[in-house]
Amino acid sequence: MAMRTLERLLSRRRKSSSGEVAKERLRLVLAHDRASISPALLDTLKDEIITVISRHIAIDTESVQVTFSQGTRESRLVADIPLLSQRRRRKR
Amino acid sequence: MAARVITITSGKGGVGKTTLAANLGVALARQGQRVVVVDADVGLRNLDVMLGLENRIVYDLVDVIEKRCRLRQALVRDRRLSELFLLPAAQTRDKSAVRPDDMVSVCENLREQHDFILIDSPAGIEQGFRYAIAPADEIIIVTNPEIAAVRDADRVIGLIEAEEQGPAQLIVNRVKPDMIRRGEMLGIAAVVELLAIDLIGVVPEDEAILIATNQGRPIALSSDSSMTGRAFHNIARRLRGEEVPFLTLREQGVLEWLFRFMRSGGD
Repeated sequence: MAMRTLERLLSRRRKSSSGEVAKERLRLVLAHDRASISPALLDTLKDEIITVISRHIAIDTESVQVTFSQGTRESRLVADIPLLSQRRRRKR
Repeated sequence: MAARVITITSGKGGVGKTTLAANLGVALARQGQRVVVVDADVGLRNLDVMLGLENRIVYDLVDVIEKRCRLRQALVRDRRLSELFLLPAAQTRDKSAVRPDDMVSVCENLREQHDFILIDSPAGIEQGFRYAIAPADEIIIVTNPEIAAVRDADRVIGLIEAEEQGPAQLIVNRVKPDMIRRGEMLGIAAVVELLAIDLIGVVPEDEAILIATNQGRPIALSSDSSMTGRAFHNIARRLRGEEVPFLTLREQGVLEWLFRFMRSGGD
């Protein structure tokens, strides 16, 4: 009995039971299934967003990030586009 | 009083849709409801054998649609429960024989005389699935606590939402409490969290199901002594709007089971 309790405590600490592994794998698979957005598509989107935005305002093209985030049943596309500050522009 | 039409579907095959349809039909009928279970798996019918009614079929769904008989003539009455009927699928035809509109009109004609119409959907997301969900007021998604079944369930939930059908509720079937306890099976909480729809039932894996199927006597027919039989009856009661806690705590080990599966994966 004591052994079993000990075993259980230990096995709980060792985080990667197959149930946990299944959950993590599922989380990823579902994110991709739900979005049907591939990494390549994300790259394309990023390039085109940079082109369009920088036509109108100065942005830090190197730091632009376009990512995809997964909520419970909705997903969203997040674009993080840092503007170039006036000072940095003058420096150029 | 018009019936509620509830379609039972899953995406993946073999998760227990037909067993659930048979047992929920029996449980609802035993609770005094007037029930029709419709086998929508044209070409691969099995609901008849689950219910032990395979020898009593004269006409089927496709006969009704193609007007070779009246709807009443195709309904097989279960002699053990006077208010349970089966509308069998055709066995020698395929799914192209049924269109979504056909299912809608068949269900419209059944609504008046019954309280529940349960449609046992074929596996997959093709035509059979489409016509099975067309008349549904509500949808039950069946899954098992394993990756492939949950993934397919998620696909189906997405399709149902896209069609603006539903609401969809979840049954996790074939749960092995022992394996969940050991952390070697997805916990119920994890499945519910990933799929993000309401849970309406949890059914344990049980050898008694196969034995009951062998005999053509759904487990929900016998008095509610088995935990599995009770699980079906609890789902039926929840469908009727009763608040039923997810497990009664009398059985040995069940309390622990409940705790474990609520906890595992729920973090």
